[in-house]
Amino acid sequence: MSKNKFHLSALTAVFKKKAVAIEAKKAHYISGKESRRISRTNRRITNRIEKERKRKHVPESEYLSVMRDPNNVVEFDNVHTYFFTDIGTVKAVDGVTFDVPIGKTVGVVGESGCGKSVTSLSLMQLVQRPQGQTVEGEIRFNTGSKVYNIVKTPTSVMQTLRGNQMSMIFQEPMTSLNPVFRIGMQINEVLELHNPEMTKTEVKAKTISLLELVGIANAEGVYKMYPHELSGGMRQRVMIAIALACNPRIIIADEPTTALDVTIQAQILGLLRELKDKINSSIMLITHDLGVIAEMADFVVVMYAGRIIEKGTAEEIFKNPLHPYTKGLLMSKPIVGKKIDRLYNIPGNVPNPINMPDYCYFKDRCVKSIDVCNGQYPPMIKISDTHYVACYLYAAKEEK
Amino acid sequence: MGRFIFKRTLLSIIILFFVMFIVYFLIHSLPTSYIETVARQLATRPGNMKSVEQWMADLNATYGLSDNVFTGYFVWLGKAFKGDFGDSWYYSIPVVEEFKKVIWNSFYLGIAALLIEVLVAIPLGVISARKQYSLTDYSVTVTALIGISLPTFFVATLLKLVFSIKLNWFDISGMVSRNYISMTDTQQFFDKAWHFVLPIITLTVVGIGGLMRYTRTNMLEVLNSDYIRTARAKGLSERKVINRHAFRNTLIPIVTILGGSLPGLFAGALITETLFAIEGIGFASYHAMVAGDIPFTMFYLSFMSILTLLGNFISDILYAVVDPRVRIN
Repeated sequence: MSKNKFHLSALTAVFKKKAVAIEAKKAHYISGKESRRISRTNRRITNRIEKERKRKHVPESEYLSVMRDPNNVVEFDNVHTYFFTDIGTVKAVDGVTFDVPIGKTVGVVGESGCGKSVTSLSLMQLVQRPQGQTVEGEIRFNTGSKVYNIVKTPTSVMQTLRGNQMSMIFQEPMTSLNPVFRIGMQINEVLELHNPEMTKTEVKAKTISLLELVGIANAEGVYKMYPHELSGGMRQRVMIAIALACNPRIIIADEPTTALDVTIQAQILGLLRELKDKINSSIMLITHDLGVIAEMADFVVVMYAGRIIEKGTAEEIFKNPLHPYTKGLLMSKPIVGKKIDRLYNIPGNVPNPINMPDYCYFKDRCVKSIDVCNGQYPPMIKISDTHYVACYLYAAKEEK
Repeated sequence: MGRFIFKRTLLSIIILFFVMFIVYFLIHSLPTSYIETVARQLATRPGNMKSVEQWMADLNATYGLSDNVFTGYFVWLGKAFKGDFGDSWYYSIPVVEEFKKVIWNSFYLGIAALLIEVLVAIPLGVISARKQYSLTDYSVTVTALIGISLPTFFVATLLKLVFSIKLNWFDISGMVSRNYISMTDTQQFFDKAWHFVLPIITLTVVGIGGLMRYTRTNMLEVLNSDYIRTARAKGLSERKVINRHAFRNTLIPIVTILGGSLPGLFAGALITETLFAIEGIGFASYHAMVAGDIPFTMFYLSFMSILTLLGNFISDILYAVVDPRVRIN
């Protein structure tokens, strides 16, 4: 009898599990009708934005702005970048605010899919349109003489900024260079575009000096090579040369070393740091490698599910991490000389970016959640002049 | 490169040898026998002394068919090697003569259709990819799909119905008008060109869809690649990104298939030529085949095999020419 009972309970457990699984599946299920309705709404929204963007002769007053602090080169102010997909709106970047001071390196960390790359692409206006749109907020870019609000800047003006005042190094050096053009041509192209006064020989000389600058020994030879003749590290150096060509005010490095092996990683990072000082530009370094951040960054921004959960100077973040997520990240990093059987991992998964609930996105995975966490999304709480954290654990501290 | 070409040529010859044997074997097993038809005709003639079997034996000996398939094949091959393809039974002139008479009609037809296809399909494919999921994209895609799906004979018949019967703009078939002989040279040229219009439209409609879809797919793939994002990040205008960076890469597969289809221009369009009675190689070989004309059919099929092999060969070489990543050795 008792045996039977056991069976019964096991069976109910199985059924319950199955029911839960079906529930979960339903949560991800979307009917064709619903999907069509969503795409119709999306098209309406994106068409409106695209139409506004495609106007000819946008008056300058619409996209010029004023910096909050003239010592910053970029200010992200409550930026929202959404993707209008057929299954719903993905809020990839949802109210991000941080500054990049002139001549400093700002590290943006977070796990895959947390909106780091989309934040940087929003700054370049390279988000995949028309689905991806920056719908709210300002990204102020300080060129020295003018301040542009990138969100409103028309494409024609953006083309004079991209590659010239702001440039980007991408994650995948293997595929980021056009396979059918020679290296020399690909670097010449950006120089010719932004410096029309340069002659052909000047451009070539500058390209070769750039190749030498990024530590390519056989610059003359590489000038005539095709990308497939170079290794990943070499290609990333070429990408850096392209990024540096016009002495930009900001270089966005989107996981520049993720695809490279460790020795090359160190070389590339050293090179970036050295070159940054040489031309005095700022770097926005996007990575999920905390070691890289510790080595490179002056300021750190920690992102989770499209929002900033903690930001501060590198010292504050590494010495005194506050948000449970940041702590988890730091704990899951191996430390040289310390022997442990298993690295720490943060339990659970990143939440589905569609239909996010209005409470702390990390609550469900947080080991320290308290009652107040069930309330609305926590505001940014100031710990020091530079250190901010979005967590209720520190709300009381502020009130005191 | 030289070694590659040498190796490929040798390989092609070996392939050709066996392909030709298969073709020869199949033709010998064909149910329509020219010999039998002629033998039956001769046997029913008044004053005939021999039976059908006797006539067939005699004729087989005359036409060199009494050997078995293997010996027959080598005899044919030996002659063909010297450029002697024999006399066409159906046309009763040397095979090569008939070929020279009809090949250019096929070529003009093919090249005109190919040019129109390329000039229309590639730009449309590019536009369609750039404006993915727009009204333009959908209309281009649907049109392309209709073109792919419709069989040649249907398109040809439809065109004839509309333009020849209802509108009476073109003759329903044939290459020249009735008063062709009394025309001046320029008039003759334009008269012939006018008769080629409908066949060319047919070939274009049937062939254009594939190329359009192919361009669109390749362009889409290229547009989503990382180096296009790099090009945009450099600050290049959208026009330059598409025309220089994206198009050069899209061109790689397109040039390859187009290069491969060049020999096909001489292959003729059997169905279209027959439907419009254009005396091209396809039309000629159709009649020869129906009549069981072995020398002509053998010649046509060996010619086709050479063209196919040549097409693949050109494709391979062009790949190395347009894509710097491919180096043949």
